[in-house]
This record gives sequence, structure tokens and C-alpha cells, in this order.
Amino acid sequence: MLNWLGRPKVASSQRREIPAGLWVKCPRCANLIYRKELERNFRVCPRCGYHHRLSAADRLAIVLDKDSFEETDRSLIPEDPLGFVDEKPYPARIEDAQRRTGLPEAIITGTGTIEGGRAVVGAMEFGFLGGSMGAVVGEKVARSAERAVDTRQPLILFAASGGARMQEGTLSLMQMAKASVALGRLADAGVAFLSVLCDPTTGGVAASFAFQGDLILAEPGALVGFAGRRVIEQTIRQKLPEGFQTAEFLMEHGLVDAIVPRPDLRPALGRLLRFCGAPVDAGRVGAPAQGWASAESPSTDGRAPA
Amino acid sequence: MAARPPDIARGPGPEPAGSEGPLERDLAEVERELRDLRRITATQHMDLAAQITALEARAEELREAIARSPSPWQTVQLARHSGRPRVGDYIAGLATEFVEMHGDRAFRDDPAIVAGLGMVDGRPAALVGHAKGRDTRENIARNFGMPNPEGYRKALRVMRLAEKLGAPVVTLIDTPGAFPGKEAEERGQSEAIARALLDMARLRTPIVTVITGEGGSGGALAIGLGDVILMLEHAIYSVISPEGCAAILWRDGSRGREAAQALRITAKDLTEFGVVDEIIPEPPGGAHAHPDAAVAAVIAAVHRHLAAFVGRPADALRAARYEKFRRLGRLRDLGEPQAAGDAPQAGKAVRSGGGRAE
Repeated sequence: MLNWLGRPKVASSQRREIPAGLWVKCPRCANLIYRKELERNFRVCPRCGYHHRLSAADRLAIVLDKDSFEETDRSLIPEDPLGFVDEKPYPARIEDAQRRTGLPEAIITGTGTIEGGRAVVGAMEFGFLGGSMGAVVGEKVARSAERAVDTRQPLILFAASGGARMQEGTLSLMQMAKASVALGRLADAGVAFLSVLCDPTTGGVAASFAFQGDLILAEPGALVGFAGRRVIEQTIRQKLPEGFQTAEFLMEHGLVDAIVPRPDLRPALGRLLRFCGAPVDAGRVGAPAQGWASAESPSTDGRAPA
Repeated sequence: MAARPPDIARGPGPEPAGSEGPLERDLAEVERELRDLRRITATQHMDLAAQITALEARAEELREAIARSPSPWQTVQLARHSGRPRVGDYIAGLATEFVEMHGDRAFRDDPAIVAGLGMVDGRPAALVGHAKGRDTRENIARNFGMPNPEGYRKALRVMRLAEKLGAPVVTLIDTPGAFPGKEAEERGQSEAIARALLDMARLRTPIVTVITGEGGSGGALAIGLGDVILMLEHAIYSVISPEGCAAILWRDGSRGREAAQALRITAKDLTEFGVVDEIIPEPPGGAHAHPDAAVAAVIAAVHRHLAAFVGRPADALRAARYEKFRRLGRLRDLGEPQAAGDAPQAGKAVRSGGGRAE
């Protein structure tokens, strides 16, 4: 199952130096891993295979060709349509998330090439309010789909989200509809959409664009599901088995096309882009990957942000 | 940042957690007295019929008063009232010769969704709706109106049939949400909803959606991608239940009253946000007090909208549906100066899709 796309040879030359934190503790096997070794291994634990969570920027950097990424719609920022206040006002939560992640919102979108194949891409940032989908995420997904229609480049979206953003109320629910109409138009245009389910992909994002891909790939061990584990356990009044709602569980139930280990992801997407008729940027065929976006990226330790 | 929207709470200010409005307190008091009088009548053979009748009239008045201007939390209770018309009532009123269709052709029939074909206003149409029960037994049989993946797949199958027949689709929303169960996950609850949304977006036939009671998140939206969205006056439509929201935000599910207010899930709020196109007024006292009148109001509205779609080319229909959902949500574009007249609240909330920044 793991070798569906073949094991690639991966260049590991252009890593940046890591100034601090030489050792990282794996949250699954608790082993201490030399950070450089972890980086070389795409932040997959060399002992237990645990895929540490990646920031959106790192995600794009390890799959895209060097210097090929052009970001779009970075200027879109959220509003506070409800005047929502819980423990703190929604605008303050947004500012905190922006400060912590250095991103304006929970998704980075743009265009780039993978092994020379041109694509419209988007990567979600789980560290930004749990990767929740509000108006900006919905808008950027929709614009990406529209850009894919206009340029006839396949769309690749990396999902990592707890679902719809409660603080934007029913308007956040409507982002599922917004993304769906845009992806419906992409389907009508006959342009491919590849969805990659990263850890975690749940709720309204799982129940909209993440599962609307022509092809659906998942990272090993990624948590993917509609309802939260606790809600299900409370509903059915029994404990759920180990491994419930993991990528492997989805594979067993016929819900994903392939589980792709992270070192295989770039060549897998490159190959699929060729199958999907992506326009080729000849100058970039054979180019290396970008390499890590930032050595001090806030979510590089693989832990869920607070 | 947009100015905080006007407070929709009635009365002098937001109600503190756990408290009730004065009308609710009066009603509780009257109901307590009624119970006492009934018990006395039963046990002591006294004839208190006159007093009981008077109190019952008072209780009814109070219920009507509450329904005239309910707080968001009261609206939640009204939307969930077991006496509201159910999908069967609406279908019986809307369609003649209804033929119910069962099953997703793959796994089983989901009793939480009713779907089929009928004659609506003299034309064939597909009718699809969540099925809540009237009592505990019926609710258990219907899984409290919470569909499994096969329910959404059945719904979609019937909608696709309508498309093939050139018949419009009427969807009726009333669900706490998609069922959060182990088997639902195994059979792809996310995929089923995602597929329903994608295919409804592309459907080449008109879709009229009515939120009749509880619009519970993705499980409601999964049959709600309509060309026109109607909503009964005391229905709700929310990304999460108020109790669920409170449990997450304040780790206290009992603070649903506050969450109901904060989430702005009433028909009036959602009309302001452009999520809902038209509010269908309910009879005095609410749909549960006069179910026949509520059904009649829904029928009239659905007929009117279906008539407006007759003869509309599929491409125009789908283009309008695209624009309708594409616009929803509020955000700001820092990279693009606000053109005068771009939005009434220039410099503040702009509707998404209002401009494309590259």
C-alpha cells in the first residue's frame, strides 16, 4: 500500500541550519531525535515513522520546485461579522494567531511547479486557529479553484483543519458551500483536483473540499473524520478502537486513493500532475525542492499549537 | 473591524446565564398552578374546571407572547419543538401522489431522510427532507433526524433523478446534524456530505430549500445548497449547536443561552447576512401551535418560488447559484483600496468575491 507511487530518491542538500533546539522529542515514541536527522527525513520520526505536523509554509516548501512559488491573495484578512466574544474577542484571537504564525490567515495559496508540472496550490495552517475555515479560507479556496479553471492547471490543496470557524457563525458554514460551487465549476471545466489530507482534517473541511478531490491522498497516521472522537464516544456510549479515523482506517474503508509517506509526496504529486495534463515548465524539470521554508517555523516541533 | 451588530436580545440587556425571561417565568408559574389544580381535581374530587380553563387560556397567551418576540435561546427551543410539523406533514401538503424512494443502492435505506417524487402544483418534483420523529419511539426509528452517509447518498440519487426528468427539487431541513457515529465514519460521512455539496452545486435543475426547524451544521447544509433559501420564522441555522459551541468555548455545555445569542442563528440574523433569502412567517404562537397554518405558509412560499423558476435555462440557474454562494462571508482586502460605491460599508466589511486581488 505504501509503495503505490514508488519510493523516490530525495535530494536533501538545501536545508538551513537550525540554530536552537538540537534535539526533538517524538510525541509518539518519545525518543529524542537529532533535529537535523528529523529534517533530513522530512520530519518523519526515523524510529517510529510518526509524521510530525508541518506548517503550511514548510508543506509547500518540501513539495514545490525551488523558487517556483508565487503567493496569491495574501492581502485577504478576516472580518468579525458576529462581533463574537468568548474568552476574548475574535479580532484579538486573529491577531494572536497572526503573530504566532506570521500568516494573515489559515491557508497559503498560490501557484508553483512540482517536478516541472504547473499547479495551483493551497496549504492549510493548523497553527492558525486550528486551521479553521472562515470567510478568508473559503474565499482563497474558491479563488484558487477559479485560477485553476482560468489557467487550466490542476489544483492541489493540502487540508489541515479542525473544521468550520465557529466565531464566524453560519457564514463559516456557508464557506463549505462557497468552496463547493467553485470546485463544481473546476469539475465542469475538466481540470483535476488533488486533495491531500494532512493531520488533522475534520469537520466542515473534511465534509467539503477535502473530500471533493478527484484523487484523495493522505499522510500516514493523519487523523481524518467528520465528527470528533469525544462526540462519537458520547453518542454511542462506547470507546472507539485504536486507530479509528486514521488515514489507515480510511484506506481500509475505501475512502482514500493512497497513503503517501511524506518523502514520497513530492514525486507522487509530480507524477500525478503529469497524468492530469498539467502544463509543464520545462526550465524546472529536474529542479530540486525548495527545502524548508523556515528553520524556526512555529509548528516544526510537530506539536499542536495551544 | 465592523461595528458590532445591533443586539438582538429583547429587554433591557443580555440575559445572564441560566436566567429566564419574565414571560418564561410567568409561564412556568402558570403551568405549576395548572398541575396543582389538575392534581387536586383528580385526588379530591373538586370541580375546578373554570379555574383550569382560565389558567390554560393564560398559558396559551403567554406562549404566544413568547413566540411573538423570542430571544435567540427561546427560538432554539421553538425550532426544536416536538409539535412542529414534520417532513411528512410538509410533503403531504406540498405533493399529491408522492412516491417515496428508498435506499442508496449500496448499503441500506436511511430512515432519517425521506426522499421521493410527487406532483407539486401540477408538476413533478423531487422532495427531500430530514425526518425527525414526533415521539421517542418514532425518533429512535428515525435516528432523531440525524442522517448517516447513506441518507445523503439517497438524497443525492433522488435529486439526480429529478435533474434527469427536468423536475425541480424541494429540500426541507430539520436536523440536529449528521449522525456522529462509528459506522457513519466508517462509511464516509465526510465524503457523503462533500459529494452532496459538490453535486448540488452542479445540478441542472432548480432547488428550493426550506429550513423548517433545526438547521444543524453540515448535516443540514448537505441538502441545503438551494437556488433560494427560505426559513420559517422560528427556525435556526447554525454551524454548531449552541450547547456544542458553549462546551468548546467555555467548557460548559449549559451556557447554550449565551452561545445562541452570540452565534446569530435566527432567521432575521441570517437574512441580514444574506444566508437566507426569505423568512416565512409562522402563525401566532409558533408553528407548533398551529401546524396546519405553518404547513400552508410553507406550501404557498414554495409554490411561488417554483413558479418563478419555470422555464429558467439550466446554465443561467447554475450561474446564479454560483454567484449566490460565492458571495457569502465577510472579509477585507488590504491590498485593494476600497472603490467608492464598492460596498455600502466601504472600508469595512466587504462581501467576499467583491474584487479579485492578484
